[in-house]
Amino acid sequence: MGRSYSRDCADGRFLGGEVLSLRTPLGRVLGSGSAKDGTGHFVAQRVSAIAVLFLGSWFLYSMYTIDGMAYLEVIRFVSVPRNTVLLSLLCVTAAYHSSLGVQVVIEDYVHANGVRIFSLIASRFAHVFLAISSVYAVLQIGLTT
Amino acid sequence: MSNSGRPLSPHLSIYRWPITMTLSILNRITGVGLSLGLIVLAVWLTQAAAGPEQYQYIRATMASPLGKLMLIGWTFAFFVHLGNGIRHFVWDMALGFEIRQANASAWAVLILATALTAAFWAVKF
Repeated sequence: MGRSYSRDCADGRFLGGEVLSLRTPLGRVLGSGSAKDGTGHFVAQRVSAIAVLFLGSWFLYSMYTIDGMAYLEVIRFVSVPRNTVLLSLLCVTAAYHSSLGVQVVIEDYVHANGVRIFSLIASRFAHVFLAISSVYAVLQIGLTT
Repeated sequence: MSNSGRPLSPHLSIYRWPITMTLSILNRITGVGLSLGLIVLAVWLTQAAAGPEQYQYIRATMASPLGKLMLIGWTFAFFVHLGNGIRHFVWDMALGFEIRQANASAWAVLILATALTAAFWAVKF
């Protein structure tokens, strides 16, 4: 009796005509409340997806038309101002989109609290590092040649 | 999580494996794969910025059989993730949820990604 009674209380079932719950509002939220954030992540993932959809397709089309293995062709390609800008944008938006995606994967599969938080921070740092080093390299080529 | 013999919803191993499940997990795998590809993109750009001598190393790596295989894998991953992303956009508009539609779009993504990957690399070889 005790176990099911307390569960009834926890779920806030009707007892004697009114909703009875022994849970505090905080406890209810921590137990099965929100999914920790609102729609921000969902929207950011999709908006960055739109950017990567166009920029990524443009990049692959560019690699289709030039020989990405040949040094001079790559330098010539990156130093065209339009390409310098678009490539920088790709590096930033792709890293952002990737950061959001990897975050979800970590949250889904890494359950140990400490490891999860460490992985989330490491992933975020790695993505910012990747974005900045890529953009720096692109600008270096674009501004010096 | 406490469980006192309450019925569980059927889990992955209960269902006959449908193509939509393949695409679902493939979307994740290709996503993570493409994330790793960003490292290669960064190295490629950094080495190009460092000059022709430095560039020879990344060039040699990319031109090796394993390197080429991985680049092919990344283009395929890109096209799968792109196609499946568009699929998700359609779902976000509350369209295409019927089983037949979802199966058809799953196959469409796979076939299109394979075709685009083949078309991309046809000129490279």
